[in-house]
Amino acid sequence: MEMHDANGDTRRTAPNGAPEDRENVFEVRGLTKVYDMGEVQVHALRGVDLDLYDSELVVLLGASGSGKSTLLNILGGLDTATDGSVRYEGWDLTRATERELTRYRRHHVGFIFQFYNLIPSLTARENVAIVTEIADDPMTPDEALEVVGLGDRSDHFPAQLSGGQQQRVAIARAIAKRPAVLLCDEPTGALDSETGIIVLDALDRVNRELGTTTVVITHNVEQSKIAERVIYLRDGQVETVKVNEHRKAPKELEW
Amino acid sequence: MLLAALNALDRKVLRNLWEMRGQVIAIALVMLSGVATFVMALSTIDSLEQTRERYYQDYRFAEVFAPLVRAPERVAEQIREIPGVSQVQTRVTALVNLSVPGYTEPVSGQLLSIPDDGRPALNQLYLEEGRRLTPGRDDEVILSDIFAEAQDLQPGDSISAVINGRRKQLTVVGVALSPEYIFQIKPGALLPAPERFGILWMGRTPLGTAQDMEGAFNNVTLTLAPGADEDAVIDRLDALLAPYGGQSAHGRDLQPSHNYLSEELRQLRGTATVIPTIFLAVAAFLLNIVISRLINTQRTQIAAMKAFGYSNVAVGVHYLKLVLVIVVIGSIVGSVVGVWMGIELGELYLTFYRFPYLDYVLEPSVLAIALLVSAGAALAGTLYAIRKAVTLPPAVAMRPAPPALYRETLVERLGLKRWFSQPTRMIVRQLQRRPTKALLTVVGVAAASAILVLGQFSGDSIDYMLQIQFDRAQREDLTVSFTDPASAQALYEVQGLRGVTYGEPFRSVPVRLRNGHRTHRTAIQGLPSEARLHRILDENQEPITIPPEGMLLTDYLAELLDVQPGDELTAEVLEGRRPERTVAVAGLVKEYTGVSAYMTVDGVNRLMQEGHLISGLYLAADARYRQEILQSLQERPRVADVTAQEDAVASFIESWAETILTFTFIITLLAGIIAFGVVYNSARISLSERSRELASLRVLGFTRGEISYILLGELAILTLIAVPLGLVAGWLGSAGVAEAMATEMFRIPVVIDRSTFALAALAVLVAAAISGLIVRRRLDHLDLIDVLKTRE
Repeated sequence: MEMHDANGDTRRTAPNGAPEDRENVFEVRGLTKVYDMGEVQVHALRGVDLDLYDSELVVLLGASGSGKSTLLNILGGLDTATDGSVRYEGWDLTRATERELTRYRRHHVGFIFQFYNLIPSLTARENVAIVTEIADDPMTPDEALEVVGLGDRSDHFPAQLSGGQQQRVAIARAIAKRPAVLLCDEPTGALDSETGIIVLDALDRVNRELGTTTVVITHNVEQSKIAERVIYLRDGQVETVKVNEHRKAPKELEW
Repeated sequence: MLLAALNALDRKVLRNLWEMRGQVIAIALVMLSGVATFVMALSTIDSLEQTRERYYQDYRFAEVFAPLVRAPERVAEQIREIPGVSQVQTRVTALVNLSVPGYTEPVSGQLLSIPDDGRPALNQLYLEEGRRLTPGRDDEVILSDIFAEAQDLQPGDSISAVINGRRKQLTVVGVALSPEYIFQIKPGALLPAPERFGILWMGRTPLGTAQDMEGAFNNVTLTLAPGADEDAVIDRLDALLAPYGGQSAHGRDLQPSHNYLSEELRQLRGTATVIPTIFLAVAAFLLNIVISRLINTQRTQIAAMKAFGYSNVAVGVHYLKLVLVIVVIGSIVGSVVGVWMGIELGELYLTFYRFPYLDYVLEPSVLAIALLVSAGAALAGTLYAIRKAVTLPPAVAMRPAPPALYRETLVERLGLKRWFSQPTRMIVRQLQRRPTKALLTVVGVAAASAILVLGQFSGDSIDYMLQIQFDRAQREDLTVSFTDPASAQALYEVQGLRGVTYGEPFRSVPVRLRNGHRTHRTAIQGLPSEARLHRILDENQEPITIPPEGMLLTDYLAELLDVQPGDELTAEVLEGRRPERTVAVAGLVKEYTGVSAYMTVDGVNRLMQEGHLISGLYLAADARYRQEILQSLQERPRVADVTAQEDAVASFIESWAETILTFTFIITLLAGIIAFGVVYNSARISLSERSRELASLRVLGFTRGEISYILLGELAILTLIAVPLGLVAGWLGSAGVAEAMATEMFRIPVVIDRSTFALAALAVLVAAAISGLIVRRRLDHLDLIDVLKTRE
């Protein structure tokens, strides 16, 4: 199977739609998550099998309650699995201790959330610096802000920035440590479409320029067009995986 | 069941309280401490005052007291005729040396006569054990209970006394209490020493015979008719008794037992005001921050309630109920604890103050005031926040509160910023954004440290005072008092006793000092000008040489008389020929007890226009010959009393140690509650306000320790600022207390040991650390996903 990226390059792809020549970053097998809510048990994930590859941009698509956030949280080391395994570069996340998970988040993962979650008492630059101070080989905060086009806003506090600008600071904060994976949970959920496109554009640029494996959760089908692969989740299981023959640039999107 | 009976909003009150139960308990504890102290102190005051009043009435405690040298019994008739006098009781008294079998230390006794029929008109006895005196027997005595208890003497035991130079065997027939000796201390003594000083009641005829006072008396007490002017009666009495050596009558205010207990009650009243005020203020502050935060997190709920049609008042009352539940818990439990503590404190007082009974009195008004004041403090702390919240239009309340605006702090702008890590910047900016909360937290924690210093300071000061008094000033081993002024020859005679290494005479005369309209009754002490044993000290605790001319005054006495060195005052001697002279104030003396004036022995004799006379001796004695010296002195007819110095201190410290330990424990507990309450609540509020950003940091890979630093670092800074401030405040407060407590009898120096400061700091830091750790545990269980998925 062949796959085309937005530049029209052609690559060999594996039968499940994954690029064959790339390293496997995550290997998810039989992943199950059951939430014990007192009297009822909620099966958020029911045996998910999935591989994510180096440098690819994947969109997780699914209805509310399909298990996409749970999957992302387990991939990011924020939540633990009930059963099954998740291997990150061969290392079993599901058997990691609390301390190991913290180190994993610190050095390997970048997070972006719907509500930005910036530290209100720190300026844009300082919000990035709080991560670069504890990372191994980070960019400078200014470099990271430059990547998201906010070099001129670095001394502003979150309360002085618009929603889109705040989310771009969050992206700068997530990428400054040069993470292996970038996990984005509805990054445009709180934004209007115009601002949303700017944010997606920033994510797209990071993925292309830095080659960071990026997973984006959305329930907006239009947004899935920027992905190389779109993974559909339904009732805690992978329904289908679709490969985008033509990866669209965020600026071409409309919703 | 109960829950079902409540309406929905009231159920919400209970559930909200349950959700924040840790904070509710912490605040209720602070409130409880204040209420308990208040109820304890006031109920004890009421109990002691009412018991004393009843005791005074039931046992006919006199109102005016007059010692004299000797007057024939017929003078009593003249006293009865003074307008305003109700009942008169004349008596014979004597201060004597006692020998208790099996006890080798000197013991003094105050002998008091009671009429032969055993029924005094005034100062009646409450017979606790044994029987009354048998008329016609001349060897029976009744002992005061505290002395009998300390010496383990029972009816049937016998002791001996040297009365008027003759040793007499006495049989104990009873043990009794008297309203005149609720507190029992030897005249002129600094500390009570129950086993060394006792009151002995004896029949009028046997004591009169032994004292050569047949048909005469040397002491009279009386009661006043309703509406009588006490001062007028005292003046008339003084005039009447002057020819008989009357030494100035006085009212209850100068009666030692009455005076000590009144002073104790006055101090307790101070406690009842100061401590609860601090606790309730802290509780008000805690309620303020907790309720403000609760309202903040429930903004949208308030909007919804109002959108459903609940009025501003209904919403306001809803939150007020929440506050009042805490007040009611704190007040009720506090009252119960206060009553228990009041009963215990009453029992404790009974070891020092002897009543035949103690009625525990709990005035309903005390409980009502406690409840009202707590409620008032709580409302003062929360009303503004509640009002602000309920008046917010629903549409505004529905939206989340606008994001907090932060700025760079002054320290950062001064260029220190580059040294600060981002977490440190978060700490200092947070402090700057909520300056009132930071300030009040500091004040609360400082109050806790101050209370600890205040609680300890009297112990430290008493230690210091005793050390100065007995190591530097009163260095004699024995004090010998003569029955009458003796010739200086007595010194050489006593110094000749084996084992007496050194001796110094003293001359003491009662006097009234006058400066304009200010007068004061005291005694002039004549001492050798360069004393080696009984020294007087300046304010640097250095011995002073008494100048040949003029008089030295205790600093407190100079203040009372409003005189300074160089001024002159009039000295009216109340003994002998009663001369009146103008004397210059030559200097001041630093003393913590009493209000004495000092001159040289010669100076006093010149003033008295008498020959070379002395009232007694201070002796240094070789411990090996101590018993021999004591025995020899007590055999001498003219020796009225021998006092040994050293063990008086030890026995005092022993008797007070337990009280002081209990008190220290309670104070430490109370202060710990404040420190814990303040730090814990501050931390919980900060956690609630910042859980979102702390969770974000955990997601970004910060460890639990690193985010704890951000949250607890803020509290650590506040605590570290507060502790030294609190220590200074405690020191200033101690000075204030010392000043307020200063009396003629006793002035407490402001001395605080370094160990007290260290202990105060430590206790507060430990309480703060414990609350920090509790919050840290919650931080460890922060639900990262939950926090991040929701909008603030």
